[in-house]
Parts: sequence; C-alpha cells; structure tokens
Amino acid sequence: MSAPAAASGFPTLLRKEVLRFWKVAFQTVAAPVLTTLMYLLVFGHALAAHVQAFPGVTYVQFLVPGLAMMAVLQNAFANSSSSIIQSKITGSMIFILLPPLAPGEIFAAYLLASMVRGLAVGLGVFAATVWIVPLPLAEPLWALAFAVVGSGMLGAMGIIAGIWSEKFDQLAAFQNFVVLPLTFLAGAFYSVATLPPFWQAVSRLNPFFYAVDGFRYGFFAHSDVPPATSLAIATAAFAALSWITLHLLRGGYKLRH
Amino acid sequence: MAAPAVEVRSLAKRYGRVQALDGVSLAVEQGEFFGLLGPNGAGKTTLISILGGLALADAGHAAVMGHDVSGDFRSARRAVGIVPQEVVFDPFFTVRETLEFQSGYFGLRRNGAWIDELLERLALAPKAGANMRSLSGGMKRRVMLAQALVHRPPVIVLDEPTAGVDVELRKTLWEFVRGLNAAGHTIVLTTHYLEEAQLLCSRIAMMRDGRIVALDSTARLLAAFSERVLRVKLEGSGLPDSLAPGAADEGGGWWRLPVSEPAHVENALARLREAGAAVASLEVSEPELEDVFVKIMRREARA
Repeated sequence: MSAPAAASGFPTLLRKEVLRFWKVAFQTVAAPVLTTLMYLLVFGHALAAHVQAFPGVTYVQFLVPGLAMMAVLQNAFANSSSSIIQSKITGSMIFILLPPLAPGEIFAAYLLASMVRGLAVGLGVFAATVWIVPLPLAEPLWALAFAVVGSGMLGAMGIIAGIWSEKFDQLAAFQNFVVLPLTFLAGAFYSVATLPPFWQAVSRLNPFFYAVDGFRYGFFAHSDVPPATSLAIATAAFAALSWITLHLLRGGYKLRH
Repeated sequence: MAAPAVEVRSLAKRYGRVQALDGVSLAVEQGEFFGLLGPNGAGKTTLISILGGLALADAGHAAVMGHDVSGDFRSARRAVGIVPQEVVFDPFFTVRETLEFQSGYFGLRRNGAWIDELLERLALAPKAGANMRSLSGGMKRRVMLAQALVHRPPVIVLDEPTAGVDVELRKTLWEFVRGLNAAGHTIVLTTHYLEEAQLLCSRIAMMRDGRIVALDSTARLLAAFSERVLRVKLEGSGLPDSLAPGAADEGGGWWRLPVSEPAHVENALARLREAGAAVASLEVSEPELEDVFVKIMRREARA
C-alpha cells in the first residue's frame, strides 16, 4: 500500500461544493428565483407608475436585471458562507483541512462554486421572466463581465463571513446587517440618478452598486456610471476581498487553531 | 537512515492562558505501534492536530516522514492519515461519495479499487450507497477510519478511536489496525483504555500538562513502574516472617506479596506451606500499564 503520485485536490473540492447546493437545488436555486419573482410582481405592480426608469425602458424591464443581480449577489454569498459555517459547526471542516490543499486551492473551489450558484440563480430569474418581460440584451459581454465579477465579489465575502462566524447567528448578523442593506441599496429598485445628491454620493461608496448598475448597462446600454468605471471599481473590490480571504486562509484564521 | 515516521522537537502551543504543549520532543520510528497516553487536557490532541495541520505550532518543529508540516505541508499531509476523536461527517453525501471526495482532495481520481477494498475490509460495503446520516455511530467511525486511509498514508494516527465503542467493533478495529501495522504502517494511538495500549503499543509516551513525562518501551515502563503481585488469603495464621519484606496486609486475611519473576510465586507458596499457613484463596496479577500510568501521574503531580 504505497502512496501513488497525486494531482491537485481542487477539482474535487469544487465538484463537492457544487454538488452540495445542487443536491438541494429546490432550496438553493428554485427558492431564490421564486423570491425574486415575488419582488418583481409586488414592486413592479406597486411602483410602475411612480418610479422613473431609463428613457424607453418600462419600470418592470428596469427591475429585472437589478433583481437578477441582487439574487446573484445574495446567493453567491449564501453559498460559500453557509457551506463553511456548516462544516465548521458539524466539525466536518477537518476533511478539507487535513488533505494537502493549498490556501489558494481552497479559496478557488469555494469561490467558483459560489459563482456557479449565483449565476445559476441569475439565469433562473431570466428563464422565469423572459416569458412575461421582454428584455433587450444590448451589450451581453458587459452583462457577463458584471455577473462574473459581482458573484465573485460576494463569493469571496461569503468565505470571509463563514470563516469569521463561529455560530449561525453571527453569520445571520453579517448577512442581515452587511449584505442585505448593501444589496438593497445597490440600486436594484431605482436609478441612483433619481436620488438626492447626498444619497447618490453614499450609493457610490457601495461596491455592489457598480455591479448592479454595470450589469443593467449590459441590457439597456444605459447606466448611471460609465460601465468601464463600474467594472474597474467592482473588480478592485473583488480583488481586495480575494486578497483578504487568501490572507485569512494562509494564516489559518479561525480554521487551523 | 530512514526519516522517523513522526518527529517533533521543542514543540510549543498556547491557547489563551493554557500552555497546551510546552516543549514536546519525540520521535516515532517507521513501523512502530506507538502509544500517546495522558489525562484529558495533557496535549495529546493538540500534538496530533499540529501533525495534521489542523493547528499551527507557536514554536518548534514537527515533521511526518521527514516532511515539515508547514514548510512541506503537501508531502507531510499525504504521509499521514488522522482519525479524529469526535465523530463528524458531511450529511449531504453517501458513504462512497464521502470516500471518493476524500480521495479526490488528495488528488487521487481513479482510486475506486482501493475504496472498494476499504469498504469491504471495514464491513461497510452493504452501506456504500447509504447517506452518512443513516449510519450507526460505529459505522460512522469506520467511515472515518476509511477516510483516513483513502490516500494510503504510511503513518496512521488514531485519536481515541475506541471511546464509546462497543466490544465487537473494538475487536474488529484492533484487528484491522494490527494488520496495517504488520503491513508496515506506523501507528500512533491515543487512548484512555490502558489495557489496549499495553496490548498493542511497543513504545509509549505519557503526557501531562503539555509535556512528555515518560517515554520508553512498554516492557521497560512496566518493569520499572509495575510489578507482578501475588495476593493470598490466609486462614488461621499470619504471614511467615520470611515473606514479610515488601508484603502488605490488605486486611480480612489478604496479603499482598511482590513477585518479580513467575518462579517467585512457587517459592512464596512453598514457604507458606512450610510455615503451615492455610491458603484459602490466591490470585496473581500481572504488571499493568494502569499502575505505571497512575504512578507516573502522581509523581508528576508532586513535582
């Protein structure tokens, strides 16, 4: 029984992390799609007459990409954070920590699985709404770029939150007091151009805003901020969060005691 | 010379105010069946955690099969399989999936034949397709053992594998682990069942308060700290003077006589007969690791 030569464990960890949510896809993909449709129905109906959207774009059309992006962000966060906290609390994290997985491999696997989940939910939203809300897709590459960077940003943030939290309520606090406000105030429901100057300035401090605004540009070729600026800022936020995550993983923060 | 299976030098680790490891040094040679004993909180699990990369040492050096656990962590972790103390599992997957994932984490993709063999040898084959949640505690432990062996590590560390395990499973577990040792694997075992350690381990380290307080072959520890004892119950007479040195009166007619060699038992009985003492009952107890353990821990408590 001699040890055979071995490759990287990263593909397996990625596969396991994808399967983990896919096995319960009803709860991890279908449920958030339904929630998003509820938002669309309620807000689309209630605010259609009151909110000023982009020229030539109805409010319901305006809502769809924003809500889809919000779902992408929230689910990317939920995936890595819930996987890590569950493994930590049940103790099964050791099965990830004992193998020869480098910090970068662990990071990449959790991150990519989160992105897959976020993008799956986003696609689900479009698949469910395409029948009722016709949407242009003016700049598909911009849309894709923002979907990737946005889901990556929140996937990394989810890893940080999962590592930092020791209990489910701490993670819930992170989700309710950081992620939820930032996603709701990212301009999914309104164009920040309609806000008073002070709140416009505040919105511009929120990195999620650039993900939503840039993503919407992919559909309407119209946005509050030039898409290249948004992509640069969102990518910088993604890079910063990735750096922090890798730093925590390398030092074993709250994982390798 | 071959690198030691496990080597730690001046290893130190502190958790808040607790010095979990306080300069631990030891080497376990390849092929040994090594026991790591000590009361709860002695630092055994901390030491094992550092070997597996689950904890990071504050100071000192630790290596598995010559690979530094932090500098050359990939080789070190490939060389060791750790069976943790607590029963833990991922509730999303079946037994086979659990083993396939664990195998994949070590970069082993086509490992199905070995996984089948492990399932077979640990009597898990009928449960291969069952979800981990549906398994009994004993089966979950066996899956954890299989997980630790899935990458065929030369060094296997078992952290209290038999805590709360029924007799049947303990027997099969030890047979299996002995087989691994016979096949050349180094085994490091921590247990609170000292009779198991005495039976299985050729060498033993005892820890207390984060330090090694005894480290020797099991035979030498037994010889130095325990003795064979003859207990006799005498009726109608006291102990002859010739047997008095070293003897202890246990009350109720029972006397306790040290007998270092088996032949001394015969000798003691002959003297009793010569003195006309009537022996109502007798028993001989062999040296026990428990004696060694208790004596060493008491000595350390006084120190």
